[in-house]
Amino acid sequence: MFELFGIPATMLVMFAGFGLLIGILFGFFGMGGSFLVTPALLVMGYPSRVAVGSGLAFVFGTSVIATLKHRDLGQVDYKLGVSMIIGTTVGLEVGKEIVLYLEELGLAGNIISITYVLLLGGIGAFVTYEALKGDSGGGVSHDVDEDAEIDADDIPEIAKKIQSYSLPPMLTLRGGIQVSLWMILAVAFATGLLSGFLGVGGGFIRMPALFYLIGVPVPIAVGTDLFEIMFSGGIGSFLYAQSGGVDLSIVAPLLAGSALGARVGSAATSIVDEDEIKIYFGLMLLLGALAVAVRQAGNYLGMGVLDYVSLALILGSALMVAGAVVYSALKSMRAGTTGTTPTAD
Amino acid sequence: MFGIETLGGTSQAAALVGLVFVEAMVLYVGYGVLESVLGPAVMKLLGGE
Repeated sequence: MFELFGIPATMLVMFAGFGLLIGILFGFFGMGGSFLVTPALLVMGYPSRVAVGSGLAFVFGTSVIATLKHRDLGQVDYKLGVSMIIGTTVGLEVGKEIVLYLEELGLAGNIISITYVLLLGGIGAFVTYEALKGDSGGGVSHDVDEDAEIDADDIPEIAKKIQSYSLPPMLTLRGGIQVSLWMILAVAFATGLLSGFLGVGGGFIRMPALFYLIGVPVPIAVGTDLFEIMFSGGIGSFLYAQSGGVDLSIVAPLLAGSALGARVGSAATSIVDEDEIKIYFGLMLLLGALAVAVRQAGNYLGMGVLDYVSLALILGSALMVAGAVVYSALKSMRAGTTGTTPTAD
Repeated sequence: MFGIETLGGTSQAAALVGLVFVEAMVLYVGYGVLESVLGPAVMKLLGGE
């Protein structure tokens, strides 16, 4: 069989194709694509540490590319970013230790899978509900408005409460808001813990956390989030690589495919209305949750065939949504119409 | 792969992360060039012009 750097061509094509789908989703929605990598690797039978570590390395590579694209937008609060990195690093280390400990007990796969089902299912249900309701909310868009300024009415109540704790040292962030460093470290630790435990960049948790819990304006939250993902992904993959958890034969083709897909997806944002596709995105997350649940049921019942059903669900749902994005973009181009969704990635 | 198996744990981990970083940079630049060269022609083709 044809091999490149010792990797069978079929594996290269499969991962590059999967990466392409994920890239289209990431480029279009600005989030969520990488969330499918770790469950897919778990379903394919990779050990938990390889699934999580390679997922993190993929997130690192993707965020390097996204950060390069956003470097000129000036939407990064470096003071906040560095503070977040400190808290996130500790959280990542603790998350990794929990995974390694659970792996020793033989429980890692089960617990990571269950957490995935709850998180993916919860976010998927929320996005689908919001899409059906017809609101523009749901999901975490990386669309940004450079001119947005902070308004006291725009700060969520929880953030106002957190900002009211004046435990020194206090940090003054962009937008003029003051927050205790300890509050920032606590939020960063919690999101880092989830990153390390699930093998995700944590953007889908950190971006809303920065906005809802700390009160950072959305454009700054997006820029700082990307900056932070680059570091948390890099540190996380380094920690896992030390335990042999990063497999380049998985990460390299995934990244090659996703970088191309991200360009297709981000080009589509200027043509297709995101709200038209959002319901598919919610359904994809729900199907992802179902896929992990099916795999767990297969393990419990000793039915190996359910592993294949699960993998088909993950690949099928990613294919469905990426296909819907490309189809809508082509349809709009042919019709000569343009959408209104701004491009961030 | 890429000869990094001979390195120790920490060095190997750093080399792996470095390789992912380099690949990301190469992909960003490479696909950027491709997009600027082929992008308009592909858009015309897909747009049915």
